[in-house]
Amino acid sequence: MTASALTQLALRHIGKRFASGVAALDDVNLAICQGDFLSLLGPSGCGKSTALRIIAGLSAPTSGQLDWQGGEIQRGDIGFVFQEPTLLPWASVHDNVWMPLRLRGVSRQEAAGEIADALERVHLTGFEKAVPRELSGGMKMRVSIARALVTRPKMLLMDEPFAALDEITRFRLNADLLDLWRDRGFTAIFVTHSVFESVFLSNRIAVMAARPGRIFREMTVDAPYPRDDMYRTSPHYAEICREVSATLGAAMGEDMSVGVQ
Amino acid sequence: MASNDLAVAAEKPAAERGMDAEEQARLRARQRERIGRWLMPLLIMGAALILWDRICVWNEIPPYILPRPWLVLTTLWADAAILLPALLVTLKITFLSLLLAVTGGVGLAVLFAQSRWVEMSLFPFAIILQVTPIVAIFPLINIYVDNQTAKLLLCAWIVAFFPILSNTTLGLNSVDRNLLDYFKLNGASRWQTLWHLRLPASMPYFLGGLKIAGGLALIGAVVAEFVAGAAGQESGLASRIIEAGYRLKIPRLFAALLLISLTGILIFITLSAISHLILRRWHESAIERER
Repeated sequence: MTASALTQLALRHIGKRFASGVAALDDVNLAICQGDFLSLLGPSGCGKSTALRIIAGLSAPTSGQLDWQGGEIQRGDIGFVFQEPTLLPWASVHDNVWMPLRLRGVSRQEAAGEIADALERVHLTGFEKAVPRELSGGMKMRVSIARALVTRPKMLLMDEPFAALDEITRFRLNADLLDLWRDRGFTAIFVTHSVFESVFLSNRIAVMAARPGRIFREMTVDAPYPRDDMYRTSPHYAEICREVSATLGAAMGEDMSVGVQ
Repeated sequence: MASNDLAVAAEKPAAERGMDAEEQARLRARQRERIGRWLMPLLIMGAALILWDRICVWNEIPPYILPRPWLVLTTLWADAAILLPALLVTLKITFLSLLLAVTGGVGLAVLFAQSRWVEMSLFPFAIILQVTPIVAIFPLINIYVDNQTAKLLLCAWIVAFFPILSNTTLGLNSVDRNLLDYFKLNGASRWQTLWHLRLPASMPYFLGGLKIAGGLALIGAVVAEFVAGAAGQESGLASRIIEAGYRLKIPRLFAALLLISLTGILIFITLSAISHLILRRWHESAIERER
């Protein structure tokens, strides 16, 4: 976060308690700046997905509030990518990507350019007529990303989108996601439990701790963009990973400062 | 010689070239299976018919007890003028009641999907309608409803609509939670969510219910007529069966029975084909597995 960056969204004292009595989040404070690539990193059960759902408006906080700077957000301002591709299995790739526009009354003709552009961005041109089951896991996730981008959202929320993919596919999608983020200029909030993924992608990392879910420490990744495979193998990357890993270890109440793996 | 081999190779379909022996054996096995799927039931059916015929001959069974298969077929031809109009009546009741069952079942299911309260309040009534034997309700319907066609329709509808209602309700409620969230996130209205998400997602369930309901509508139409009794020229196959029984025209009874069976099979095949056409690209049940 640079000093001049505009705050887009501020989470103030956000708490979430489920009906079962489980405190999913407790007093979460976080400022998200325009153009940030922020990762929420933490062990399972630390409330990272809950935080993302609250930001998306899919779940209401029990206490605290969300402050959107520059007015209330409109529908289509937020893109969401789930852990599973979450596509309509009966609809073609084209129709899946069209759906968010269609729900806003945009016709097939009007949407054509935007859909073609979104599909080209995720390297799926030529697959418009395929249905999801004909695609690989990585391609399905690309469709899911194209669908999230087609409304040109100001903020893209991603809930461990690549967790189920193999490493080669994940690396490629990481790189493509960074390209998209730089080109389109949206704010990205990325939930992950992978230290390496968060350090590769983000400029900021919020390390979270569990029981109750809270932000343990905010960290900055000062490596410049564009980042590529060279960065992935650089000593600097390894150094930051070690640091973040140690912080995560501390958040989990363990000493993991010795040995990243 | 060599050029001959080449010509043979070129004639083969592209998929077959460059295959190893194992793959070719698998392909042959699949072709055998495809033919066998039709051939085996036909062979068994033929054997059963021959056995039936022989039993009649060996035991000298008179045709008014058990007619030989060929006599059933010739009777079907000879009595076509009586049986075909009756078939049309039965078909009319069957399809109208199936149509009503689809409309009513899907309509109610959509209503149920809109509100848990509506579902909780009304579902027990649907179950009561389903579990009470139609033959037991019929005397009441007979008193309350005057029109013969309406009577039969009501009966067949009561029998056929429940599988559609219960399956479609299940389908409408079996939508992926994340997809529902996704629609919510995009500000989809209730109607949009129903049209673009819930209805397509419930399609496999609905079609499963439709296959059951198709058979039940025919059963309902026949049973209703049995209980209602014949009514002039508006009588269907069931009346013809009763009449043939009374007059000991057993070959005609068998011919009518054959027509009902064929109708049932045709309904099942048609509904299965519709189901396959709709689901073949995306639903696990309709996708042929690569082996």
